[in-house]
Amino acid sequence: MNLTFTSEEQQFQQQVRDFLQQKLPKHIAAKTKKALHLSKDEYTQWQQILHAQGWAAVNWPVEYGGTGWTPTQKYIFANECAKAGAPDVIPFGLKMVAPIIYTFGNEQQKQRFLPDILASNVWWCQGYSETGAGSDLAGLKTTAVKDGDEYVVNGTKTWTTLGQYADWIFCLVRTGPPSAKNQEAISFLLINMHDPKISVSPIITIDGRHEVNEVHFDGVRVPAKNLIGAEGQGWTYAKILLSHERTGIARVAISKDRMVQLKALAATSADGDNKLLDDPIFAQKVAKVEIDLMALEYTELRTLSAISTGQAPGPESSILKIVGTQIIQAIDELYVEAAGYYSMPYVPEQFHDDFDGQYIGSDMDANSALRYFNNRKASIYGGSNEIQTNIISKAVLGL
Amino acid sequence: MDFSLSSEQKMVQDSVAKFILNDYDFETRRKILSSDAGYSQENWALFAELGWLMLPFNEDDGGLGGSMADLMVVMEEFGKGMVVEPFIATAVMGGGLIAAAGNQAQKDDYLPRVMAGELQMAFAYAEPQSRYHLNNVATSATETSSEYVISGQKSVVLNGNHADVLIVAARTSGDTNDNDGISLFLVDATHPSVKRAGYANVDGHQAADIWFENTPALGLLGEKGKALPVIENIIDKATLAVCAEAVGAMKIAHERTLEYAKTRKQFGRTIGSFQAIQHRLVNMFMEHQQAKSILLMAVLKMDSNNGSDAKALSAAKSRIGKAANLVGRETIQIHGGIGMTDEIDVGHIFKRLTTIQFLFGSTDMHTKRFASL
Repeated sequence: MNLTFTSEEQQFQQQVRDFLQQKLPKHIAAKTKKALHLSKDEYTQWQQILHAQGWAAVNWPVEYGGTGWTPTQKYIFANECAKAGAPDVIPFGLKMVAPIIYTFGNEQQKQRFLPDILASNVWWCQGYSETGAGSDLAGLKTTAVKDGDEYVVNGTKTWTTLGQYADWIFCLVRTGPPSAKNQEAISFLLINMHDPKISVSPIITIDGRHEVNEVHFDGVRVPAKNLIGAEGQGWTYAKILLSHERTGIARVAISKDRMVQLKALAATSADGDNKLLDDPIFAQKVAKVEIDLMALEYTELRTLSAISTGQAPGPESSILKIVGTQIIQAIDELYVEAAGYYSMPYVPEQFHDDFDGQYIGSDMDANSALRYFNNRKASIYGGSNEIQTNIISKAVLGL
Repeated sequence: MDFSLSSEQKMVQDSVAKFILNDYDFETRRKILSSDAGYSQENWALFAELGWLMLPFNEDDGGLGGSMADLMVVMEEFGKGMVVEPFIATAVMGGGLIAAAGNQAQKDDYLPRVMAGELQMAFAYAEPQSRYHLNNVATSATETSSEYVISGQKSVVLNGNHADVLIVAARTSGDTNDNDGISLFLVDATHPSVKRAGYANVDGHQAADIWFENTPALGLLGEKGKALPVIENIIDKATLAVCAEAVGAMKIAHERTLEYAKTRKQFGRTIGSFQAIQHRLVNMFMEHQQAKSILLMAVLKMDSNNGSDAKALSAAKSRIGKAANLVGRETIQIHGGIGMTDEIDVGHIFKRLTTIQFLFGSTDMHTKRFASL
């Protein structure tokens, strides 16, 4: 057991810092620090900068273009990125579908899809949830019926994050006969979003944003070669992917940086004649979240360390999802508290680059309520926290 | 002991409930929010016609009630429809301050117009640095030979963008944090020296940041330098109003969530058949009940003490804030993704339950104040 970085690791840390200092565009860092939303171009720009450095695919095996980093290096990278204000990569391509493709896809699929994902040349989105299939994902109804060497896809996916930008969607579809058991009839299919028989309709969320969508498939013909692995195995693949998704979902490095910023904000925010952080009640609330976050960080490190010894992330990754999202939401709430009355004004246009009107509130907390509202999704998506609790209860505790 | 409403109060309750049911459904509210004004002038005229704008005032001032119980009855029903018309800003705070501190000429001038729905008002008290400290006032009022002139900034003034007349808390003497030396002034909101940046809040209510630069006051309201107790009491009354609103909103939030849990099917059964969900719905129900109880406590204590019981009020705001937090969050969580969407009402209830936790002092601030009294 050892907590200190070796000199090689310290060198690596310096290398990451230098890279971020030189290559991370300042306007992207500034927006990320203020938790403002990036445009499609800004995300792509950053991911392509990472790619040029060979750092876009942190977790991929080296043979496909991954970094081959140790857990310690990944830890250093995530923390330095958060501190510098580097945005998270959009996960759908690099973190979600790519591992499925390189683990379960055939050689032709790997060659066709992985290079473009690695280079962020295509934008992916996820087609899992449906109106009737939320927590009960296996109850999905979208069908893919084999017709010659094509599948004909009909149905509607929902909560498709940033699907309005997507070139491709990876979907769970029902291929088996209606009589088949839910899980055994589900397959994993890659579909080109530019098909004219696909339509995307926006869903506006309570923070007033268009982030998620419904995606409608109306007789879309998909080449059978876009099926990953075997028919009926989609559920198994998706479960493995979800446990990967959950390890990333803890967002410890970002939460750590947001706590640092929150404390800086509270140390300068007026509370009458004092500063907010001088209020022992607020300071104690901040401390409690910070302590929880320290525990989570070490839970995550334990998981990463287990993965590095060859174990796949198991049901314990559900802990990361539950606690990580609780902490994200607790931090959001502290920001709202810190903003006080200035959490209330809804002036979304002032977050745009070209806004030249009267700015309301301070730019570190003016969007605090919107972020608080938006991140209520964190305990719902990726398998709701109730589902995660069930997973731990069943798979870990044997209840 | 008698917790029942008077027959007059019951009539008001019925009439507000009927209005919400028939004329303030979610789609209608959505249209109101997206209109230019952000609230409905027709509704405002209706509130006047039905006498609701007279309820915060006692009979001596030409009103119909003036008790906290009257206020509770209206606001609890308003909470069920998430009414955004500026009842609290104009009638409770604006008119209320004139009734509490104004001289007879000022009352005669303003109160009939407030009650007739002809005048919009706003109370400008909070400042960027003040947070919830009502004594923390940096805005200054300087006496010239003929009038007072006001300079300073006020934050998130409810109805500040639509008010014809503002009541401004300004310092006539002392330092920013002194209890003494705060005065109230009537100010013409349309005076060219008043700069207003209006917006909607996240809960749909209209508000503005307001800057004064050597703005002449229309007049001093109440005793010079002695306004703090008057301000505290009117903020307490406004706080009681949002407490009652939250109780009404929580009732709807719980009803909607219960209904959803009984109809939404996953894994071949309603989600309400899962114990994990059942217990949480019970918790929400208990929070609503506890909130309703402590609201009643504060109403009764304030009404039995001439409209003033700061300790009881802060107890209510603290407890109701805690309930609003839990009920709001659980409403979204149990609804899942659909609760996150703008298109159904629960997300909007959640947003209002969130802002109420901070309006007129946060849950922590009121807990602290309760402990200090």
